[in-house]
Amino acid sequence: MSDKRKELIVSAISNGTVIDHIPTETVFQVIKILGLDKTKNQVYFGTNLESKKFGSKGIIKISGKYFEHEEINKIALVAPSATLIEIRDYEVSKKSTVHIPEKVDKIVKCFNPNCITNKEDVSTRFDVFYDDNNNLKLACHYCEKNTSKENIVFI
Amino acid sequence: MKNRSLVSINDYSKEEIIRILDLAEEFEKQPRQEILKGRVVASLFFEPSTRTRLSFESAAQQLGASVIGFSSAATTSVQKGETLKDTILTVSNYSDLIVMRHPVDGSARYASEVAPVPIINAGDGANQHPTQCLLDLYSIRKTQGTLDNLDITFVGDLKYGRTVHSLTMALCHFNTRFHLVSPVELKLPSAVKRHIKDAQLHYEQYTDMSEVIPKSDILYMTRIQRERFPDPLEYERVKNSYNLVNAMLVDGKSNLKILHPLPRVNEISTDVDSNPMAYYFQQALNGIYVRQALMASILGFK
Ligand SMILES: [Zn+2]
Repeated sequence: MSDKRKELIVSAISNGTVIDHIPTETVFQVIKILGLDKTKNQVYFGTNLESKKFGSKGIIKISGKYFEHEEINKIALVAPSATLIEIRDYEVSKKSTVHIPEKVDKIVKCFNPNCITNKEDVSTRFDVFYDDNNNLKLACHYCEKNTSKENIVFI
Repeated sequence: MKNRSLVSINDYSKEEIIRILDLAEEFEKQPRQEILKGRVVASLFFEPSTRTRLSFESAAQQLGASVIGFSSAATTSVQKGETLKDTILTVSNYSDLIVMRHPVDGSARYASEVAPVPIINAGDGANQHPTQCLLDLYSIRKTQGTLDNLDITFVGDLKYGRTVHSLTMALCHFNTRFHLVSPVELKLPSAVKRHIKDAQLHYEQYTDMSEVIPKSDILYMTRIQRERFPDPLEYERVKNSYNLVNAMLVDGKSNLKILHPLPRVNEISTDVDSNPMAYYFQQALNGIYVRQALMASILGFK
């Protein structure tokens, strides 16, 4: 595909956000995390798209919406490779990558059913770390148990 | 440490741990000092634990403090659905310090964030029990004369035993060599081993305790519970291999001491009790001095 046509795919919305380089298998998770399944905005998405970096990737375009920092943190947990492109008047106005935060507050449930955050009205707080096999884990500030990546449930 | 809560043993630095142990030594020489006269300690046991509660309450009373509270949630407003936050805030009005035991993991950390008075965690679910850890450290230091460079052997359920987890983390300050004896199903969790690795210390894992007894300075026994095994046959197969009988101790070093957080079932045979290596009953008594040291220190009287 020519650079020109690629540019067109990215710019096809007049105003809004393009989330590119999402791992194909987590596109639907990203949609759910950001609540795009319930939004009134126009949303386009693609999966299994060709990618030089990853072999295969997903992309989501949301018309008329820009994201706050806290919402972007949520994406980073399942799509650390994602690129965010803000479009204003068909032009790319800002490009940024997402970063896995060192702390994850309020957005993820603790996997431990006996944790105080699952028993009373207490906001969750986690420290992010990587285990010996470089798997992402969330250490609960309260019960001190770990929630691994595959067990992450968003609030 | 004045006015600071103690929720997890990791809240204290090595120096702070040693300070509490030194203070506990003073209280062991003179446990009755009326230094907390006029102070009120609340003892909130949302689940029963008679041994721990009596140890705390006796410790407070020997220092002259008055004790208020409850020994189970059954007769309190908690039963009527009151939130932990409301209970803690209410009790804070009546007390200078709250000792709490609660069945939910993380409850003590949360309480320490909402309470205007300091909290001492006397056990939060399967998570932490820092005063047990301090009394274990005190017992080790008292019997060995030092905490440094010891060979410490843990036996039994190393996966679910919270006392083993806390003590392992605390011992990482003291250049311990860890010997971990357990069935394969109940090995020390990787999250705890991470602390040993981070401290660049050495551990070895075994399934049989006989070979490691002659190397050990401390043998820390724990109970293996039947419920921990998905397969009951597996439990039957391993249960007796982690029971200590007196005959196994003949090759033990002269300084070897046997610890156990109690209550024991059959993991230490009663024929060990009269062996001078048995230390588990004195170990429990040390809990009083450690708890006195903590309360005096947190309330600013030592
Ligand atoms: Zn938790």
